[in-house]
Order: sequence, then C-alpha cells, then structure tokens
Amino acid sequence: MFDRRLLKNFHWGLLAATLVLAAMGVVTLYSAVNADATAAPSRLHLKQMIWYVMGLGAMVAGFTVNYKTLERWTPVLYSLCVLMLVAVLLMGKAAGGSRRWLALGPVFVQPSELAKITVALMLARHYAKEVTTRGFVLRELIWPMAITGLPFVLIVRQPDLGTAMLVLLIALSMTFFVKIERRTTIGILAFGAVALPVVWHFLKGYQKQRILTFLDPNRDPLGAGYHIIQSKIAIGSGMLTGKGFLQGTQNALRFLPEQHTDFIFSVLAEEWGFAGGVLLLVVFLLLIVWGLNVAAESREPFGIILAVGLTAMIFWHVAINIGMVMGLMPVVGVPLPFVSYGGSSLITTMLCVGLLINIRMRRFVAE
Amino acid sequence: MAKHYLKSADADWYRRRLNGALLIVLVAFVILGLRLFQLQVVQGEEYRRLSENNCIRLQGIDPPRGQILDRQRRLLVDNRPSFNLVMVPRDAKPVASTLKRLAASVGLDLEALKQTAERARSGYRPVVLHSDIDRDLLAAVEARRWDLPGVMVEVKALRRYVHGDSASHLLGYMGEISAEELAGGRYPGCRGGDYIGKFGIEKTCEHLLRGEPGGRQVEVDARGQVIRVLQTVDAVPGHNVVLTIDQQLQAVAERSLGDNAGAVVAVDPDNGEVLVLASRPGFDPNAFVGGINRQDWQALVENPHHPMENKAIQATYPPASTYKIVTAMAGLEEGVIDAQSRFFCPGRLRYGNRSYRCWKRGGHGRLDVVEAISQSCDVFFYHLGIKLGVDRLARYARSCGLGSRTEVGLDHEDAGLIPTAAWKKSRFGVAWQGGENLSVAIGQSYNLVTPMQMAMMIAAIGNGGTLYQPQLVRAVESADGRIIEQGGAVVKGRIAVSARHLALIQEGLWQVVQGDRGTARGIRLAGIDISGKTGTAQVFGRKGEADRKAEVADYLKDHAWFVAYAPSQAPKIAVAVIVEHGEHGASAAAPVARAVIQAYLDPEAAAAEAAIADPEPGQAPE
Repeated sequence: MFDRRLLKNFHWGLLAATLVLAAMGVVTLYSAVNADATAAPSRLHLKQMIWYVMGLGAMVAGFTVNYKTLERWTPVLYSLCVLMLVAVLLMGKAAGGSRRWLALGPVFVQPSELAKITVALMLARHYAKEVTTRGFVLRELIWPMAITGLPFVLIVRQPDLGTAMLVLLIALSMTFFVKIERRTTIGILAFGAVALPVVWHFLKGYQKQRILTFLDPNRDPLGAGYHIIQSKIAIGSGMLTGKGFLQGTQNALRFLPEQHTDFIFSVLAEEWGFAGGVLLLVVFLLLIVWGLNVAAESREPFGIILAVGLTAMIFWHVAINIGMVMGLMPVVGVPLPFVSYGGSSLITTMLCVGLLINIRMRRFVAE
Repeated sequence: MAKHYLKSADADWYRRRLNGALLIVLVAFVILGLRLFQLQVVQGEEYRRLSENNCIRLQGIDPPRGQILDRQRRLLVDNRPSFNLVMVPRDAKPVASTLKRLAASVGLDLEALKQTAERARSGYRPVVLHSDIDRDLLAAVEARRWDLPGVMVEVKALRRYVHGDSASHLLGYMGEISAEELAGGRYPGCRGGDYIGKFGIEKTCEHLLRGEPGGRQVEVDARGQVIRVLQTVDAVPGHNVVLTIDQQLQAVAERSLGDNAGAVVAVDPDNGEVLVLASRPGFDPNAFVGGINRQDWQALVENPHHPMENKAIQATYPPASTYKIVTAMAGLEEGVIDAQSRFFCPGRLRYGNRSYRCWKRGGHGRLDVVEAISQSCDVFFYHLGIKLGVDRLARYARSCGLGSRTEVGLDHEDAGLIPTAAWKKSRFGVAWQGGENLSVAIGQSYNLVTPMQMAMMIAAIGNGGTLYQPQLVRAVESADGRIIEQGGAVVKGRIAVSARHLALIQEGLWQVVQGDRGTARGIRLAGIDISGKTGTAQVFGRKGEADRKAEVADYLKDHAWFVAYAPSQAPKIAVAVIVEHGEHGASAAAPVARAVIQAYLDPEAAAAEAAIADPEPGQAPE
C-alpha cells in the first residue's frame, strides 16, 4: 500500500528550485538563439522544453523506485553502463572528433552522462558498507579507484575530458567525504608532488602546450583566450541590472562562442545584470544546500553518501561552468545544469534531483 | 576482520562531515558571487564601454603560401601582394550612404557594390567589395578614407605563376574551398572563402604549402580603426616545395610540341625523378587567382583539345609499335624465339580468313628480333602474338608497369588498360578471338597507356631493368630553409627480363636511331647515341579503308609516339612523347624527344641549332 509518509516527506523545495532554474533556462535560451534579429528565428527553446518534460519524467522515475532497491541493483546498473561505454568506443556515433553517442533503437544516449550517476551509486554502496571514523587507508581505496578508473578511462578514450573530469571529481568528493585516513592523505599528496614533474617531463611538446592553454586561456589569444575575453565583456557589460531581455549585444552579435550551451551564463548575466546573476547563484546554492540536507536527514549510510555524491555532481557543474565563463577556471566544456541547451545533461541532472527526492521521501521508510 | 576495533560512523560523525562539505560549498559560492560583483559592478563601466562598439575584435593573419621551385631552384610559383577593397558593415553605418559616397568618389558601380555588401554574413566580418584593385583605385580610396567609415584596403597575397601556362598541369591552380571540401575534414583549419589548391602540386602539396594562419586581438574605435593590438599570434609560413622538374627543359618540350596537342614526359632513369611533365595545350593558372570568370572557364572546358587535362597522366592512348618492346621481351623470355629466330615478312600475314598487313607494303624480308624492332616490322610481331597469346603478353606488360598507376602523386592519374582473355570475357561477354592476338602484339588492341607509364618503362629498359616510381618533389623546405622532407628513389619493381634478352632489345632500340634502316634514323645527334622506339597509334581501324594517303580530317589522323633514352650506354634521360594526330612517330614525335635530349645532354649544341633554325625570334619559319 502507498505509504503516506512518502508524500509527507516529499522535498517540494528541490522540485521548486528545479522548476525555477528551468524557467530561467528557457528564457535565457530563447534570447541566446533569437536575439540576433537578422538571423532566422530558432526553435531551440521549444526543443529544450520537450527535454524539460522528458527530464521531469526522469525525475519521477528517479524517486518512484525505492532507492534501497536501486542499491541492490547497483552492480547491474554499473556493469550495463560500462558495457555501453565500451560499445560507444566500438560503434558509437562520431561527432566533432569524438564518439559519445550510442544508438539504442530510435534514441541516442550518452553513456558518459549516465556514468556520473552509476559511479556515485557504486561508490556509495561500497563506502556505506566499509565506512569507519578512522578513514580509508590506501589498500582500502584500491577497489574505489577501480570503480572510478574503469569508466574514467573509457570516457577519456572517447575523448570527452570534461565529463571524465566530472566523474573523477564526484568520486573524489565522495571519498573525501567518507574520509581518507590522515597519513594516507599526506602520502597521496606527497606522491602526487613527486610524480607530477616526472610525468610532465615525459609529455610531448604539444601535450604540454594543450595543458598550459587549459590552465591559462590567454596563451591561446585567438581561441579560448578570445572567448573568455568576450564572455567577460558580456558579463561585465550587464552591470547591476542588465541590458534587458533580448538586448544583449555581445550575445546578439554572436561574439560569444557556444552561447546556448557552455556560455549561457554570459547571456543571462549580460541581459539581467548582477541582479539576475546573483538570483541564479542563490537558487543553485539553495538546491545544493537542500541536497546536503537530504544527506543530513537520511538515517542510513547509503542514503547519506549517495546524496553527497549527487549533490557534488550538481555543485561541480555549477562551480566549473560559471567559474569558467567568468575567467576563474580553465576552459572546459561543462554545461550549466538546467540552463544550458542539451537533452542528455538535462535528463541526467533531473534524474539526479529525482534520486535526492527519493532519499528524502524514504528517510523513515528505508530500513 | 580487524575492523571491530574501529568505530563505526554514527549520525554525529556524518553531521560533522556534512558541515565541512557545506562550508566548502559556501566558500565556492562566495567566490563566484564576488567575482560576479567585480566584473559587473566594479569593472562594469569599462566592460560596458568595450561592449558598446564591440571593441575587441579578432583579425586573421593569412600565412604566406610556400613557393614552388624547379630542380635548379628557379622560381615557378610565388606570391604577389594585392589589395582588396573591404567593408566592415557595422562600422560603415549607414551602409547605403557610405556605399553611395564610395561609388561616387572612386567611380565604382553602386548596384554591384550593394549586391556584394548584402552577402555579408556578420556585421563584423569584413566583406570584400572589390578584389585585387589597381593602384589608382587604391589611391582614391586612401585619399577619402575619413569620409568612408568602415571601408578599408586589405593587403592579401595572391598566387603568381611565373611562367604562365608552362607546366600548368603539374603546378595546378587554386580555387575557393567548396562546401564538400570543408565538410570532408581533409582541410582542417580552413574556413569558407579560403583558397586552396585544386589541381596539380598546389593540391597534392596543399598541407605543405599552406602554413598556419595567425591572428591578432585588436581594440577598435567606432569607425573601425585599430586603436591598439592586444595580442598577436604570428602566422607560420608554408613550406617551399622544390620540384624535380627542370623549367628550361620543360620549356623546350613545350616549345617543341608547338600548337599540337600532346604530352612529353622526361625522367632520370637512375632514380625516377621527373625532369619534364608537359601537356599541351595548357592553361594559365594565373587566370584562376581570385576566381576565374565564367567565359574563360567555359572556353577551357569546351576546347576540343581539353587544355585542363594533364595528358601525361590522365589521357590514355594505344601504345602502338612502342608496345613491340613488350612483345619482343615476352617472346624471348617465354622461349618462343631466340636471338637467331627469323621470320619472313612479305608485307602481310594471313591468319584465319583475314590478311594482316605490315606497315611496309613491300615487306621486310627475313629478319631477326633486333632488325624487327629497329624496322618495326608488324609481321614479325604478328608471329610472336600468335605463339604467345594475350595472357602471356599481359604478364610482361604488367611487369613493365603498364596497366597500373605509376603513383606519381598527382590526382586523376589513369591506370590505362592491359587486356587479358578473362578481362574481355567479363567486360564484353565475348571470348578472346585468335586474330586479336595479332593486333595486341603490335599494341593496337584494347591496350591503353599513359605517356608517364611509357616514360617509366623506357627508363627501366635503359637502366637495366629497374622500374622506379616517378618522383616530382625533390625536397620540402621550411620558409627559413630547413629541410622538412627529402625525396628519394622508390623502386617499384624489376622488369621480368634477363640481362641477355634485355641486351637484344636495347640493341634493337639503338638501331632504331643509330642503325641504317632504323625508323627514327633522322633524329641522330652528334656525339650522343639515342635508343628509342617509334609508334603510330591508329585513331581509326585500318581494315576496309582505302589508301590512307588521302586527306583525312585532323581529328582522324593517327597519334605519333616516340619513346627514347640517351646516351644509349649509360642513359641520363628517358623521354616519352605523344603528339595527338601527329600521324607518324618518326616525323612528329621523335624530333620533340630529340630536342629535349639535346637540351639536357648538350645544351650548347641545342642553343646553336636554335639560333640557326630561328634567326628572328618570334617569327616561325615556313
């Protein structure tokens, strides 16, 4: 029978934050693709609304099945995801120099997006059983490293460095959360400090160049560096209250690269100013704090650790994307959750919110 | 197992860990918020100013395209500066009145300008109003610069083909990149509107010649004038390509062909380096610079002599009597004949119920293989054809490199055709007929070869049997002179012939020119022995036709072949010449080969002869 506590503990705040972000996303996207009056009108924002509806479906799916049931199925889900990642490399659809898409019947899926969630599930399941207040020592971290490393390497091979890095960051966040024993931490850091220069020495010239450009976009003044300058001009010129809807000139004149995906925040900040930018940041902050709250209110380790992993995923996307367009971070192709155009990222993040709601709903039900 | 003494995590512990996480999140968001404040509030004014005119722009810097040089490092292709009249629509506002002033002040057609301006894809990308303007227009625009906002003169390097239509098929030409080429991925870094090599060396060496574009970030004022340069990335100039061609020899070959359609290929028999790659008629690649106009293009395409076709590698011809080299080789190697074997030539040979004629109606009498080659006796080779059969012949033809591409490294190379019985069966559904063994033996069946293939074959005959891959590029050098790539000889294979039999063939070829009854004895040079073989490729079948001495329309006249190497003992040059509708190899093609050989091996004598033949340059003797 339907448990009434499920509804009572439903996290309406998470749902509301999602909807607010979605609304801001559609409005900004409309401007991003239609502000240039001379160009043909674009219907990308309508397409994105279809993605939102599908995302809501993913969200509902995310909280319908008891997450404890998901815990039991986690190894299966993880294996399926790894198999799909292998399949992508073998027979995926190539676009723009990398293979990321896999055709499942009529739909294309991006297994690397799913990997973010399945790695979080798999690690949460493992850590929940093993966690102690002492923290993990190196030997105990071998299995988590394998869990993360396998999909990580497969995603790097596509190559999709942005997503691979996200998977790594999610895993690191969860691992630091369940604590690494202190001497182990020091040991790992010391090893890294020694290994890095050695690895650097063996890199080829163009590889070094790529990494340096990644760290300092100004080294590539005609590519990444130029994009960041234009993005900073767009954001800065929005000033306190913005230029107004459809009035962003940097945006309208296509001075921004990928204005509807990775650089969507620049469009928003140009048109809605500091006020709009801060509003977006606050809504994201609420979403993330609520995510951590779900963890705090859960009563069993799997729920807590999974909630932390899912929240970390949203946090890193937001921090890296907004940090990048404001020139604080290296230029990486990471979308802004809920706002950037793109179906697979949207569905993944909304599925992730659905899982958070799931954990919250069943905080008393889960054994 | 030993874990029981470790404290398991409880709710308090998790809460403490979560508080730590919360702290990290808060710090991150505070940093993001502060950065936003800094950009939009503290520096907002400055960024607003920069955005008003979209002051920061990106300007491309084109890399200088590499030069193309001949083997003596003589310049064949380089770049010349040209001036384009361009307009940045955003800075030229209001565009209509700016264009009107421009049209009025420098005398350009307003309607044409308007139409061009409308093609602008973005308000910030300069649109070319008029390309390659002359100095008068340049001066006029510069003088009225302050009255013409957004209008600028842009310097652009254009390709210059120093020798006009000489070696045009080899050098190729440039053209605007097409949508398919952009999408194909073969030209990374190219954008719409870029010019790329479309044909010849310009195309096959595109990746070497192109270089890497640079660019600069500039800040401009409201009139589009650059106030300051923020950052610059220099363009990397393209590499220079040094060809194996000798431009002077190339010019000799082209001059010798005159107004005839045809081709000349000369190679170094010791390494396969191509010294001459001439095809006539040619075209002037300079006409393609900046886009060829429709009439000129139509004229080139509709010309019955196909000036756009590189006849040295794209056109195929029946090898005719030059093929007798292959037939002789097959006969000797297969043991069908030996050095002493003789056949009697009465001027014709009956086979089945047909009579096959020799070109010499009176007959050659009894002759051996050396004499048969030097006098090009058809009947002798009919006998060989009957005994060998088409398939055995084909094996030897293939070992000489016929029927497959020479891989000279230019596009559109034809493989030619060496027929076999199986080929005919699958192609036409009809079995090979015995009588066809006769015509195939004298190179008049389905056989098709390119002049390049024949040059490589005769080079191999001359050098003792080594078949080389023809080389066109001697070296690739960076703009500052470093060697990037160096060409080298590539051996494709060896001709399937023993030294003893090859010597017999060489003796026959020597007698073609140096012998008393040789078919090309008229082209002898003082002090240099030439070995060669004539050929007359029928454009139309001979059977049933009346005496061909009668006037025949030009396009029905036979093609003239001559293949040769010299000096006979240690050849330094091998040549293949085809003169379309030249009628006789000895009279039309052999003199061209002679001129090339003489110019290469004895340039002084060649100069002296030229002075006698043409005392008044520019006036051809009757």
